[in-house]
Amino acid sequence: MTGKKDRWAAGVTPYAEMGYYDADYEPKDSDILAAFRVTPQPGVDPVEAAAAVAGESSTATWTVVWTDRLTDHSNYQAKAYAVEPVPGRENEYIAKIAYDLDLFEEGSIANMSSSIIGNVFGFKALKALRLEDLRIPPHYVKTFQGPPHGIVMEREYLDKFGRPLLGATVKPKLGLSARNYGRVVFEALRGGLDFTKDDENINSQPFMRWRDRYLYVMEAVNRAIAETGEIKGHYLNVTAGTMEDMYERAEFAKELGSVIVMIDLTVGFTAMQSMSKWARRNGVILHLHRAGHSTYTRQKSHGVNFRVLAKWCRLIGVDHIHAGTVVGKLEGDPGSVKGYYDVCRQNFVHADPTTGIYFDQDWASLPAVMPVASGGIHAGQMHQLLHHLGEDSILQFGGGTIGHPMGIGAGATANRVAVEAMIQARNEGRDYFQEGPDILQRAARGCPELDAALQVWKDVTFEFESTDTPDLVVTPTVA
Amino acid sequence: MRITQGTFSFLPDLTDEQIEAQIHYALRNGWAISVEHTDDPHPRNAYWEMWNLPLFDLSPDQADVAMREVKACREGFPRHYVKVTAYDARYTRQTTALAFIVARPPEEPGFRLERTDKSDRAMRYALHGYAAERPAGRRYG
Repeated sequence: MTGKKDRWAAGVTPYAEMGYYDADYEPKDSDILAAFRVTPQPGVDPVEAAAAVAGESSTATWTVVWTDRLTDHSNYQAKAYAVEPVPGRENEYIAKIAYDLDLFEEGSIANMSSSIIGNVFGFKALKALRLEDLRIPPHYVKTFQGPPHGIVMEREYLDKFGRPLLGATVKPKLGLSARNYGRVVFEALRGGLDFTKDDENINSQPFMRWRDRYLYVMEAVNRAIAETGEIKGHYLNVTAGTMEDMYERAEFAKELGSVIVMIDLTVGFTAMQSMSKWARRNGVILHLHRAGHSTYTRQKSHGVNFRVLAKWCRLIGVDHIHAGTVVGKLEGDPGSVKGYYDVCRQNFVHADPTTGIYFDQDWASLPAVMPVASGGIHAGQMHQLLHHLGEDSILQFGGGTIGHPMGIGAGATANRVAVEAMIQARNEGRDYFQEGPDILQRAARGCPELDAALQVWKDVTFEFESTDTPDLVVTPTVA
Repeated sequence: MRITQGTFSFLPDLTDEQIEAQIHYALRNGWAISVEHTDDPHPRNAYWEMWNLPLFDLSPDQADVAMREVKACREGFPRHYVKVTAYDARYTRQTTALAFIVARPPEEPGFRLERTDKSDRAMRYALHGYAAERPAGRRYG
């Protein structure tokens, strides 16, 4: 112990020596485990940096405090138990940290996130910090009820099985009057879509107040149901400045018979959880638009990975969450997106470096969240969308419906024929991913709407390098 | 009009060969096949009449057995809607995996949308099937 300060002497002791690093610690089944990507400042030892993260996200402050001795302090200390350099990335380390269950209030993502991504992200000794993944044990999962409906209940409620659901966001997203807005909804739903959607920033502006929008939209939805004999819905965005306003809008949507309402991520975790309870109590599906998430999910070295946000949202309890398209206009590496979709849909998610999943995650029967793909996708990509995203998903073609040269209804029909033809071919055992273009061309022979869609968007792709990818990327092998 | 419930209603009506291919897919997945029919296709009618019990024990090469049930149901109710559903009983699913219409009446009169004014411009909507206004068994001619 020569040269080392006594643990309890006043003054500054390295975090690692205060018990926030323990290479021999064996995580308990009930611990919450975190994987952080740590970039220490020059000269800062990675183990000390990891211990500092554990310390600052649990009990520590910058100096020794004698009041720790009034507690069974080692129980409340988070422990960094593994620190490993990231292959191929300079000065980046993955630190795994275990937190005792007692550190978190039951059923509160606000509390959990205040601990794990609270003060620590501004800590000066770190150049950058990213929360890559969390293992949330069933002990904590079971303090939440999760999605108000979940995939199984939603499909039974809508009476729609065996294929991805189809949606479209009304465009232009701002400026339409309520009556014109309802026209877009009617044409798109009658043409074959299951859902239409308010965009994240359609709330209640001078050009269209929320109540007027709801009235016209529900006329459109009901007309489309009568024309098709199918259940249809429109995500009425209830996002507002206060909880009271949100409840008022949601109540009105329910009274008008809407099967679904929508909120934006910008309302915050607590408001989301309140709306989740409201949605369960009132039998209304809850759609979440992840507005703003890229401000902290996109950069590889700093922020919070979307897979963590997806886990929190499944606990909070939303029925739909936007989770990437792979092929569309917004960020999304295929491996990472598969990981997000697994987090939303599987009951048990296995650790897998190719999808960026660091820990096994047991959801303990918590209902699944329907992932939504939206942003720059069109009918000509149907085989790719089905291949990457699977059948339990919602494919949202905004421009890809409303921008159709023959009109909105034709755009909707093109998308619906494309998805049904692709599912039929897949079920018949065809290699639909390879033969996709041919399957679509054949379906288009009996469907001028699909033919026109394939013509107009045939060359549209968004080939940009992803900024966020798993560290381990599978090298494709030539068969 | 054409009721577009079910997985394949936007495609041309499936041939028997195509129906059997879908049944084969369902059986490969270990799903049970059931055949249901109705003369009340209201979208909220969750309980179509069951044509016998679901076929739980078919092996993947017995799609023809299920197909015989489909044909028998269609012949028994030539003016009804008939659908095939595939049921996935696995843990965490325990729900329908696929459901598609395999027969429809020759004419589909569709639905009337009834509007009742409430206060403050709000409207209450109700859907009535034109055919359902006649007694069960005498709809669709």
